[in-house]
Amino acid sequence: MTTAGAPSRARRRRPADEAERSIISMMDRRQPGVRAVVGVIGTGVLIALAVTCAGPLLWLFKAATSTSTETLAQPFAIWPSGIQWDNIVQAFAEVDFARYLGNTLLVCLGSWFFGLLVATTGGYGIAVLRPAYARVVSAAVLATLFIPGVISLVALYLTVIDVPLLGINLLNTFWAVWLPASASAFNVLLVSRFLTTIPRDLFDAAKIDGAGAVRIFLEIVLPMARPIIGVLSLLTMVAAYKDFLWPLLVLNKPELQPISVALPRIADNTDLAVLMAAMFISVLVPVLVFLAFQRQFIRAAGSAGALKE
Amino acid sequence: MAVTDTTVRAAVEPLTAPPRRRRHRSPATWARRGGLTTLLFFLPLLLSFGYFSWWPILRSLMLSLQQTNFITSTWVGLANFERVLADPLLGIAVWNTTYFSLLALVVGFPVPILTAVFLAEMRRTRGVASALAYLPVIIPPVVAVLLWKAFYNPGANGLFNTMLGWVGLGPLAWLNDPDLVIPSLVLYATWAGFGTGVIIYLATLMTIRTELYEAAEIDGARILRRFWHVTLPQMRGVLLIMLLLQLIGTFQTFTEPYIMTGGGPENGSLTILLLIYRYAFVAGDYGRATALSLLLAVALSLLSALYMWATRRWSTS
Repeated sequence: MTTAGAPSRARRRRPADEAERSIISMMDRRQPGVRAVVGVIGTGVLIALAVTCAGPLLWLFKAATSTSTETLAQPFAIWPSGIQWDNIVQAFAEVDFARYLGNTLLVCLGSWFFGLLVATTGGYGIAVLRPAYARVVSAAVLATLFIPGVISLVALYLTVIDVPLLGINLLNTFWAVWLPASASAFNVLLVSRFLTTIPRDLFDAAKIDGAGAVRIFLEIVLPMARPIIGVLSLLTMVAAYKDFLWPLLVLNKPELQPISVALPRIADNTDLAVLMAAMFISVLVPVLVFLAFQRQFIRAAGSAGALKE
Repeated sequence: MAVTDTTVRAAVEPLTAPPRRRRHRSPATWARRGGLTTLLFFLPLLLSFGYFSWWPILRSLMLSLQQTNFITSTWVGLANFERVLADPLLGIAVWNTTYFSLLALVVGFPVPILTAVFLAEMRRTRGVASALAYLPVIIPPVVAVLLWKAFYNPGANGLFNTMLGWVGLGPLAWLNDPDLVIPSLVLYATWAGFGTGVIIYLATLMTIRTELYEAAEIDGARILRRFWHVTLPQMRGVLLIMLLLQLIGTFQTFTEPYIMTGGGPENGSLTILLLIYRYAFVAGDYGRATALSLLLAVALSLLSALYMWATRRWSTS
């Protein structure tokens, strides 16, 4: 935690020392009373956040390496019979956990690829190419943003088990998760909004130099859109990792299920200690990725919020 | 419309012109000028949305009026809606969902606002604190829900009951108590979701112009009044939209009750989405499930429209 916090602190120091201020001014901060209250509240908030947000994860680690009876009888006892690393070994042996991890990875990568493909090409079409029908398409995409997702849950399921015109059944294939995830109005909007901020002169100049739509897309748009592609990558991957209801519906076969679907299925007939170990492993990957790319995550969440305004 | 347009043009223009001219361009020139390439760029979006967004939405409208098994569909008029409204469980599900949403709003909405305001004042520890606040958002909901299910262990040795025991309270039955099950789910949902709010509000707080605070300070506004008269009004745009998004989200709650309680005890946590799931994927009654989805979607759309209309004066944009 401290190692991950250090770079962001160093990065933030400069703007903090400059003119930046918030409710409390530098003048207020010089008063000892204000400073004491700010210090106490600040420390309190930090401790509260550590207990409520990191606490459950630490407890999960403890439960993952304790015996079931210990976890059930004394939830706050710290390893009364030593650390049981064996639970983690058992999670891989008994629960076939490596397969679920692999499936999760496949689900994430596919959703990421198709999500990015649709959002970048579509966003480019709407924001830069702008043919006559772009406004209609853009309006139709935007409309889906305002329609609650629940409306099409059942119809989407029936579409996936019998794809119109093609007559194929995507049930129990990863396509059933990848493709519907790519139809995200939010992603398209995020890219097209970003691309409209690029000066059009740039595209006109490239066109005069003889670059076609494909070359402009590959050599100008994609490199310039790198920041938004980063944001999009994080958002699509996290969404794919977290999704539960949809993969539950379309991936019935245990050997295809990602962690999110497999865990609740095995929860009731697995030893508590082994379940906790399995849960711990499935938390470990996203948490480590988050700690490594903390700034990008927080910026992605912030820019996703900016779009909501 | 396109047809009449072409015929009028054909009549007006000289006979030598190509017969199917539209906007003075033939398909060949359209393709040569890059129209085809442009269309190719739109293709992934059109296919993806066509198959997995637009068509399912249209199909929902049809399905709600049909009786479907996998081979044939027959039109049944409003029978699906009648069967939805006749279900005694509907009232329970609507009540539970509304109760959950409103309680989640009362408990969960102020938490990220206050946290973000505090974090904005914490200069050296802001990075660590916002990372901590975002941590629950990173945890896959399924794992978090299973973890909290263990915390809510109703025995005297359960984690929360042990904590209550320290201050001489409890033990509570938590998820097994029909009166306590929704508040328990709300507590979890608040924990799981507040990090997103913190980050979004923090980003908004950082954009508030410092002159506003300085002006308020010169006018003699103390810290709490600056929060009330500068910070909150400057945040209202984002607050208004986040409130609506939270309501829309909580009205579609599924994962928490599905994994934690299965809708129990005594249907005490049966939500609308859980009922839709049961209709469609337990009973195989797609028509009835779609009818209920449609009703919920219409209700949420009406709620959004009403909300937007009622708050149009306060909204910044």
